[in-house]
Amino acid sequence: MSELLRIDHISHTYHSLEGETPALLDVSFHVNDGEFLGIVGPSGCGKSTLLSLIAGLLTPSSGSIYINGKDIKSSGKNIGYMLQKDHLLDWRNTLRNVTLGMEIQHKLTDNSYAQINDLLNTYGLVTFKNSYPYELSGGMRQRAALIRTLLLEPDILLLDEPFSSLDYQTRLEVADDIWDIIRKEKKTAILITHDISEAISMSDRVIVLSDRPGTVKRIIDINLSISDRTPFVARSAPEFKDYFNLIWKELDHSEQKK
Amino acid sequence: MSRKNKKISSSGLNLSAAQKAFVRKHVVQQRRIRIFQIIILIGFIAFWEISTHIGIVDSFIFSSPSGVIKTMIDMSQGGELFYHIGITLLETLISFAIVNIVGIFVAVILWWNHSISKVLEPYLIVLNSLPKSALAPLFIVWLGNNMKTIIVAAVSVAIFGTIITMYSNFKAVEQDKIKLIYTLGGNKKDVLFKVVLPSNIPSMISLMKVNIGLSLVGVIIGEFLAAKSGLGYLIIYGSQVFKLSWVIMSIVILCIVATGLYKILTYFEKKYSR
Repeated sequence: MSELLRIDHISHTYHSLEGETPALLDVSFHVNDGEFLGIVGPSGCGKSTLLSLIAGLLTPSSGSIYINGKDIKSSGKNIGYMLQKDHLLDWRNTLRNVTLGMEIQHKLTDNSYAQINDLLNTYGLVTFKNSYPYELSGGMRQRAALIRTLLLEPDILLLDEPFSSLDYQTRLEVADDIWDIIRKEKKTAILITHDISEAISMSDRVIVLSDRPGTVKRIIDINLSISDRTPFVARSAPEFKDYFNLIWKELDHSEQKK
Repeated sequence: MSRKNKKISSSGLNLSAAQKAFVRKHVVQQRRIRIFQIIILIGFIAFWEISTHIGIVDSFIFSSPSGVIKTMIDMSQGGELFYHIGITLLETLISFAIVNIVGIFVAVILWWNHSISKVLEPYLIVLNSLPKSALAPLFIVWLGNNMKTIIVAAVSVAIFGTIITMYSNFKAVEQDKIKLIYTLGGNKKDVLFKVVLPSNIPSMISLMKVNIGLSLVGVIIGEFLAAKSGLGYLIIYGSQVFKLSWVIMSIVILCIVATGLYKILTYFEKKYSR
């Protein structure tokens, strides 16, 4: 696997009249092509800041981010970002919601509707094409949000606790769904979560961040001895609880320091 | 209201007895409310008519329902009445359109540019709290005794409130929805047209419901001071020459016009909020 994304000694500080808050301090790691990377950390450790930096919504105070060896500002690579909630717009039906990104980027042509229909069909939303968000279940809404992001053909998908607003049962189902979609579309993904089980079950590698200001505490490769891996099946792998305990200790340790 | 009741009761063919009783009770209660509303209206008009006939109140000062209706028929035969109603309606609709278009446009500018909004904030607050009828005499001197004055007076009544309310509604749009547009590669213009404006259509319509009333108030104030036509003019002129039937008739028509305009907007509101 070749290296797709490199985070190189990133630091970021927020400024307000009350003072300055360092959010990230000298963070470095890389993501391989096609990899699913999980990032866990205590709340307020700068996880979301990290994604905003990668997505180019914020400019780092120092350090650089490279995609395929080029600085993100000049690489022209597309980065898809999924927020914590689906944020489907109430006044648009499913079809008009999933095309929102294409509309903004002026990529929506008559030819794109075939592709859109295809995706809607594959992920069970085609019959809800003309439904409004309030008529969809939590899982359907999350899938629609993912399709909205995928239609922009991103090279990297950033997932910012995308399941945190769902109830536990839906959450397990949607995690399986989304994971499956990402694998099928062969996307590289970075998942941020504070749920340790979720990180282990979905990721190939997990990065543990420390308390604020966030630094990389440890990088753990996840190797599970099961075939036909899905996030749900992964939870019953024999190594699962060892990884859980390992990450738990890392997090616990950083909480204690506080 | 009555149509809705019919729908409830007729759809209940295989309902339980308790449900039927519940629905019937609801229908009876709705009907009772309507009956009392009508009784109050009829009672008031009858009492007014009778008391002017037997001399409890002076019909010269208080007019009478029959007098009002007679005036209405007299004035509508020459088309004079419709002319006055038309003028008032025209002025109201022009002011209403100006208030909404300019108000929303200025609110967009304030939303777009944080510095402008900060600089203008104290001025908007002062202008909004100022009683606008105090400005009307100034407008007459500046603009003359004509329709321009009336429209400017009416616009001044509602415009500042519209700007302030709309601006704070724009600012109240969920931050994450704005972030969503940026994550999809959009810019500030996309935020405005894809999220801020469409999400505020319901609040725009409810603001319009307030503005239609305020525009009418402004137009009547304007017509009191500077007009040769319109319902406000009829009211002032009628009171000066002691034709109280004119005054009361104009007020009754104003009630109908105000309710009618409000109902039109309520219709649009229902259409837009599924």
